[in-house]
Amino acid sequence: MEAIVLQLLSGLDGGSAYALIALGLTLIFGTLGVVNFAHGALFMIGAFCTVTLQRILTLSHTVIDDTKTDFLGNPAKVQVPYIQDWFGEAASATIIDWSVPLAILFAIPVMLVIGIVMERGLIKHFYKRPHADQILVTFGLAIVLQEIIKYFFGANPIPAPAPDAFKGSFDFGQLLGFEANRIIYPYWRLVYFGFAALIITGVFAFLQFTTFGMVVRAGMADRETVGLLGIDIDKRFTMMFGLAAVVAGLAGVMYTPINSPNYHMGMDFLVISFVVVVVGGMGSLPGAVLAGFVLGILQSFASMREVIEFLPGINQVVIYLAAIVILLTRPRGLLGKRGVMED
Amino acid sequence: MFGLTAKNTRLLFLVIFLVAFAPFLMNPFPSDSAMAQFNAGYPDLMQRFVIFGIFAIGFNILFGLTGYLSFGHAAFLGVGSYAGVWMFKLLGMNVIPAIAASVLVAGLLSVVIGYICLRRSGIYFSILTLAFAQMMFALAASVLTPITGGETGLTLSLSDPRILGAAAVDGNIPVPSFFGLEMRSTYELVLGSWSFSFNTGYYFCAIIMVLAFYASIRIFQSPFGLMLRAIKTNQTRLNYTGLNSRPYTLAAFVISGMYAGLAGGLMVAMDPLAGAERMFWTASGEVVIMTILGGAGTMIGPVLGAGAIKYMENIVSKINKTILEQWFSFMPDGISDVFVTLVYPFIGKGWHLTLGVVFMLVIIFLPGGLVEGGQKIKGLFSRKKPETTPTDGAKTPAE
Amino acid sequence: MSKSNFTRRGLIKTSAVAGGAALAAPRFFSPSWADGHAGYLNAPQGSTVTLGFNVPQSGPYADEGADELRAYELAVEHLNGGGDGGMMNTFSSKALQGNGILGKKVEYVTGDTQTKPDAARASAKSMIEKDGAIMITGGSSSGVAVAVQALCQEAGIIFMAGLTHSNDTTGKDKKANGFRHFFNSYMSGAALAPILGANYGTNRKAYHLTADYNWGYTTEEAVRTSTEAMGWETVAAVKTPLAQTDFKDYVAPVLQSGADVLVLNHYGGNMVNSLTSAVQFGLREAQANGQDFQIVVPLYSRLMAKGAGENVKGIFGSTNWHWSLTDEGSKAFVKSFGEKYGFPPSQAAHTTYVQTLLYADAAERAGTFNPCGIAEALEGFEFDGMGNGPTLYRAEDHQCFKDVLVVKGKENPTSEFDLLEIVEVTPAAQVTYDASIFGGELGTCNPGA
Repeated sequence: MEAIVLQLLSGLDGGSAYALIALGLTLIFGTLGVVNFAHGALFMIGAFCTVTLQRILTLSHTVIDDTKTDFLGNPAKVQVPYIQDWFGEAASATIIDWSVPLAILFAIPVMLVIGIVMERGLIKHFYKRPHADQILVTFGLAIVLQEIIKYFFGANPIPAPAPDAFKGSFDFGQLLGFEANRIIYPYWRLVYFGFAALIITGVFAFLQFTTFGMVVRAGMADRETVGLLGIDIDKRFTMMFGLAAVVAGLAGVMYTPINSPNYHMGMDFLVISFVVVVVGGMGSLPGAVLAGFVLGILQSFASMREVIEFLPGINQVVIYLAAIVILLTRPRGLLGKRGVMED
Repeated sequence: MFGLTAKNTRLLFLVIFLVAFAPFLMNPFPSDSAMAQFNAGYPDLMQRFVIFGIFAIGFNILFGLTGYLSFGHAAFLGVGSYAGVWMFKLLGMNVIPAIAASVLVAGLLSVVIGYICLRRSGIYFSILTLAFAQMMFALAASVLTPITGGETGLTLSLSDPRILGAAAVDGNIPVPSFFGLEMRSTYELVLGSWSFSFNTGYYFCAIIMVLAFYASIRIFQSPFGLMLRAIKTNQTRLNYTGLNSRPYTLAAFVISGMYAGLAGGLMVAMDPLAGAERMFWTASGEVVIMTILGGAGTMIGPVLGAGAIKYMENIVSKINKTILEQWFSFMPDGISDVFVTLVYPFIGKGWHLTLGVVFMLVIIFLPGGLVEGGQKIKGLFSRKKPETTPTDGAKTPAE
Repeated sequence: MSKSNFTRRGLIKTSAVAGGAALAAPRFFSPSWADGHAGYLNAPQGSTVTLGFNVPQSGPYADEGADELRAYELAVEHLNGGGDGGMMNTFSSKALQGNGILGKKVEYVTGDTQTKPDAARASAKSMIEKDGAIMITGGSSSGVAVAVQALCQEAGIIFMAGLTHSNDTTGKDKKANGFRHFFNSYMSGAALAPILGANYGTNRKAYHLTADYNWGYTTEEAVRTSTEAMGWETVAAVKTPLAQTDFKDYVAPVLQSGADVLVLNHYGGNMVNSLTSAVQFGLREAQANGQDFQIVVPLYSRLMAKGAGENVKGIFGSTNWHWSLTDEGSKAFVKSFGEKYGFPPSQAAHTTYVQTLLYADAAERAGTFNPCGIAEALEGFEFDGMGNGPTLYRAEDHQCFKDVLVVKGKENPTSEFDLLEIVEVTPAAQVTYDASIFGGELGTCNPGA
């Protein structure tokens, strides 16, 4: 029982990560009709916003410390962050410690600009092109973006820990009346889950309850008519792309304490998030979220020791197996609409 | 001629000419010059050109004609490779049983996967094929290790039975051969400071590729090919005429899978090793990229695309900073440093960046792929107005 | 024109060409046009000899590959008499003169393995066929090492393995033309077990998470065997997909299982991520069975430990070499590497540097580049001064036997490179095993022509 509760928690956690990425993808596909293979790269760039902010915060000048020696036996060069000179040691340590949450503020404008530039500079020209071309040009862009990141940051993962305040775990077991220390879950992962839930609700509310959202939804349904009504739908679609980029980027920022960011983390997520989107049904936002959680939970349970012993290798294939079963029983995924991307 | 239209006959002869003289065409620079870095006329790379050409030709039969975008095609190449290596292990080092087994196993597998996946169309079909390929990759790399060799790959060993041949020759594993003609044997032709390699394995692959190309042209021309194009144009309308299109798409899928198996078989015939990463989604993506880069739906496009990708992978990735500094050493110090710094991110370990940039440029400016680029260049030089609507469908890449 | 007619014309053409080439003997894998009569493949012509450095330049191990490449460039510099000579001054064999190898200036070509056996073989083949490389070395994974080693055996080239830790490389997949300086899973297990016993007691229950591929299997096997021999119990061993990025599903149940030690048979990115997850789930602070919960990482890499940040503190593992060693060889190497590049070398850099020097030395002592001569010179070769104490290149399986380092994540690092501290230098005798236990056959050396 405890094991099942724990895997369920873990599945919800994983599901929220899938759902968040799939949401951004569906947002772009649903509004602009573009299949964006560079979405994983946006996620990765978001994560590297954290790394960049970390670098900025720890921007240092060198002080030669004669009391210590470096690995070659020369007097050690100690890096002193500028911020330490300005705010003092304690305050600067706190600021650096909180660099991941701070990176959210940093990432929002950066991702918005990247998203808008991407849409105006490239994606715009591909609205009328076949989906295969869209997939390929964005795939090419993804390669270029990740190679640029690799050029500046290297291939190794770079640690970006959560603030000390979020270290440690929350004991669900005691809350539910089980023995202590049996069902524990790390605070930061709970934060991530809450953050994902917040973003997902926010996006839905935005589309449902604002005029902007209403126009965009109308544009999704019938772009031409909305245009005839004298509404500049293009501008709104550009904003939607920027929004999707911000969603992907923030997902990346918050993910850094969970997995140390590296340049190929976007590609690692890309295929799985596409499976999630398609299983949810192309163009369906609720479908993407639902599929994210279903696949996350299935993955979690398939990784249980007892299950692997019974079915070796199931943890490797469960997502794909589930995708095949769902697509064969429900032709357009969980909540997909007829005629979307079927030809 | 050979049952082909005049235009296609010309195309076939062009391909024959290119593959027959590839050892010369690929080695245009003297082998001791600085430009020798760009020579691609060594056996391994030439073999790769034609083998991936076959793979892409086969993929194009499915994608270019029917518009079904399979995102798991590398799975057939992978199982073809495994079947081939197992033939080497069990029977002996003759390449014929290995290649036959590769084609057969890939064909059987594509019947099963095709039957299931073709129940859906569009992106749902793509994701189904992707899911199958990813499952096969994951299992081959892990739990199926006893059959597949796992992540290390399936290799030959001295203790293999090889019932029709020797298990070992002089204490070493024998090499793949065609009735005694070793695939790796090479003649070197030296003309002044140029050198050219004529490799048995390359010509073996080249002959098979010409046959495969010929078969593909025949399919494109045939009523069957026409039916496949009809499916691409409007499957719903076709179904309304009372025609069941599924057998046609399945046939195309299986033919295409067998081409992939053939390519897998040839890969192990040239180099007897099969690895799971041949089935990874990036490998499937690579053949999509090759086909579209060259020009989907055209006959020669996929071959050109395969060549371009393999060239970048094998040549650009080998240029290192020292070589770069040699190239620019004729310039004054400061300027050469600038050039080295500018070019450096794109070569050696940065070859992926070059690939991504080239790829994006082609997709943006040449929707019909390299073939369209060729037509545009031809249009510049010929007085006739360039054809605006090529009949081979270069302008309408499938979805 | 009929088809047969065309073929005949084609035949005439080709035979004309073949006629022109008739003087050249048919040779295998022969890229360099110069000469084929030396009795072995790619015999160096003129005043230079070409080595092939085949390292991961793209993919997750690119940084490790870059460090290997730096070490190769340093080794070439030293061999050609440049720099301060590095380990050539401390190496017990004095055959190397600083005038290249056998008087020929050392040149090199580089390639990208992409950490994929296929791509690595393609790259190695182009070095052999196109560039005329006489020796191939490098790599950062056992899959690649085994694949390239098999290729070199087939082609008739010496392969000096880079970073490869699986037992298979010199075990079931060993080859007469392949040599490995790096240590292996078995040695890690044998060196780690006594230290773990001394620090954590012999009454422990271990939970293994194992990367689901060959290296993972051999490492799990090695650690299990050696820890169980001293009384540990293995509660469970769960295989995790190689492509896994988030290990929460696998780490979450560990505390409930009744185990009190978690062994992470992961390397590289897998290790960084699984260790991060384990620490997040509070395993380092946890208590189980009345003891402090412990985490063990059998194979450490400093480059990767950096990616895990603070999570490595206090965690035991093993490594082939570390820059903080104070023997003369290590000091000389760290000095010349550090002065050239500004940071200390990694274990990958060390093993590739040493392998290059060992190859060059063997060629000098054999007096030839013939792979069979070099193999003979390396087999049973005993040397010292290369950073790992007295070392033997065992003839039976072409594996080096030397001291193994047991290390621990440092609690108070003084610099960004100071992540591991050496806990124990396990003597070679303690990690030596019988050459036959892993099966496989060396075959006979292949000179390729």
